[in-house]
Amino acid sequence: MARVATAPRATTRGAAATGSRSFMQILSRLLFYLLVLLILLYTLIPFYWAVRSSFTPSAELFRTPVSYFPANPTLEHYRQVLGSGLFRRALLNSTFVSLTVTLLSLLVGAIGSYALGRFKFRGRTPVLYLVLSMTMFPQIAVLGALFTMVNRFNLYNRLGALVLTYMIFTLPFTVWVLTSFFSQMPGALEEAAYVDGATPFQTFYKVLLPLVGPGLVTTGLLAFIAAWNEFLFALSFTQTPDKRTVNLAIFYFSGTSGSQFEVPWGQIMAATVVVTVPIVVLVLIFQRRILAGLTAGAVKG
Amino acid sequence: MSQQIVEPKRSTLLRTRSGGKRTTTQEQAKTRLAWLFLLPTLAIVAFVAIWPLVQTVYQSFTDARLASGDEPRFIGLENYRLLLQDRDFLNSILVTVQFTLITVVFEFALGLLIALVINSNFKGRGLMRTAMLVPWAIPTVVSAQMWKWMYNDTFGVINDFLVDKVGILSRPIAFIAERNTSIPAIAAVDIWKTTPFVALLLLAGLQVIPGDVYEAATIDGANKLQQFLRITLPLLRPAILVTLIFRTLDSLRVFDVFYVMFGNRQNTQTMAIYNQQNIVEFSDLGYGSAISVAIFLIIGIFVVAYVTFLKVEEV
Repeated sequence: MARVATAPRATTRGAAATGSRSFMQILSRLLFYLLVLLILLYTLIPFYWAVRSSFTPSAELFRTPVSYFPANPTLEHYRQVLGSGLFRRALLNSTFVSLTVTLLSLLVGAIGSYALGRFKFRGRTPVLYLVLSMTMFPQIAVLGALFTMVNRFNLYNRLGALVLTYMIFTLPFTVWVLTSFFSQMPGALEEAAYVDGATPFQTFYKVLLPLVGPGLVTTGLLAFIAAWNEFLFALSFTQTPDKRTVNLAIFYFSGTSGSQFEVPWGQIMAATVVVTVPIVVLVLIFQRRILAGLTAGAVKG
Repeated sequence: MSQQIVEPKRSTLLRTRSGGKRTTTQEQAKTRLAWLFLLPTLAIVAFVAIWPLVQTVYQSFTDARLASGDEPRFIGLENYRLLLQDRDFLNSILVTVQFTLITVVFEFALGLLIALVINSNFKGRGLMRTAMLVPWAIPTVVSAQMWKWMYNDTFGVINDFLVDKVGILSRPIAFIAERNTSIPAIAAVDIWKTTPFVALLLLAGLQVIPGDVYEAATIDGANKLQQFLRITLPLLRPAILVTLIFRTLDSLRVFDVFYVMFGNRQNTQTMAIYNQQNIVEFSDLGYGSAISVAIFLIIGIFVVAYVTFLKVEEV
């Protein structure tokens, strides 16, 4: 799936066949690019609007008619958002929770998916089905029971509650994607290691794990994004502002005030940009791998 | 490492049903090892998902309350009896199914269109595919806030554009507040955020269709529409089904976007929001668990429907 970019294209072959009528060709080409432009605008305009609003001073923001470009761009909203101790704390909380969950899932999931991807044994298929069904598990269905568990372990309003419960979606996902990476690897190296007298664990640790490195990066990144984006558990299992994740911080920015004039939309938009930019950068750097990881399970499905 | 030495080893490694005593013991050892490697994964899954699920089912037959010292009493099917008469819950099912229908249909249609566009040969398709990843990657809460601001009835860009610039509307609409527009408005947010993901999944399916199938069809005189209906759609079916199942299950458990845009507003609660409110806000663990079980069953019905649909088609 990593080769998608160079794969043969679908519509070019029609062009030569229709031949002579060049006017129609140019017209259809134009319409096609118009469609491309429309799709791009549709996808990107909401981002433009968030960025535009984050740089527009409040006085200009709450005025009609709406101006489409900030006349006097300002960094004031960013200064306020990043100056807020609670928002910085939320960034830290989200980073800590997402990183911990990702590393734990990779640690546990890598060895599990090694077994699923490289071993043939009785019970492998049921386990694979279990993992697949867990990736689509509705988290709301266990909210009450998880709440009881969180209370029992005295984790309510602690980040540990999120680390524990986020495993419900990051771990099955990690195992599923890594299994497809493991099963794609050629068998020869592994056999060579066995011949040289390596134990299965040494083979995993010294031979296969380094090879599956790119897969680990991809999977880790996807798990990180999933944890970073989570809202339901964070909302339910935390209470005080100092335990909030960024999503909660952004939600509560507006959640309390009554009148729309009091909603600090400039700051909220600045906060959404601050949260979005790192993810967009990661996505741009790793886009090939993300595509491969995202579609790894789906295409085989 | 020469090939001859590797060869015999390979047969015991990979051919599991080759017979012989030695192979069987090795197989058993490998099986044991595989389960050992899987143990941490299975233990965690059992701990955070399966055990809670069992507990949810059990709690749904009790009057358990959150953080209460009292021992929960077994009350049989009482919670379920109440649930069937609960207008708020029935309304939440309606809202959720309505939202699911709108989003799945539009996301699939738009996603297929975008996938077909990206799959063709033009300058900038790499850029376009990258742009598609961005809405997918940002948190739902963030996209909900972005759209909430754009929907703002006084200073929102959507009202400004439709009333002042284009003139389709005679007065601004409070899209989120008004009953008729709230569900389509929130569906539009989900469609914007998720269509690119659907497009990427379908694109992956399109790219495994070999090009020579189309060449043969062109030689046989099939036009573009015929090629699309007779070749693309049938060969894309596995990818389409996976995508539809993914999207339907996701939509049925929707929580974030509704919570950010509407809060707990009564007439626009989804199943998940009503459930969360009963558990967290009302601390009603027993009743909340019954709702959870009901949601689980409703989602299960959709899964079974999709799978049987797939089976029937295959015969």
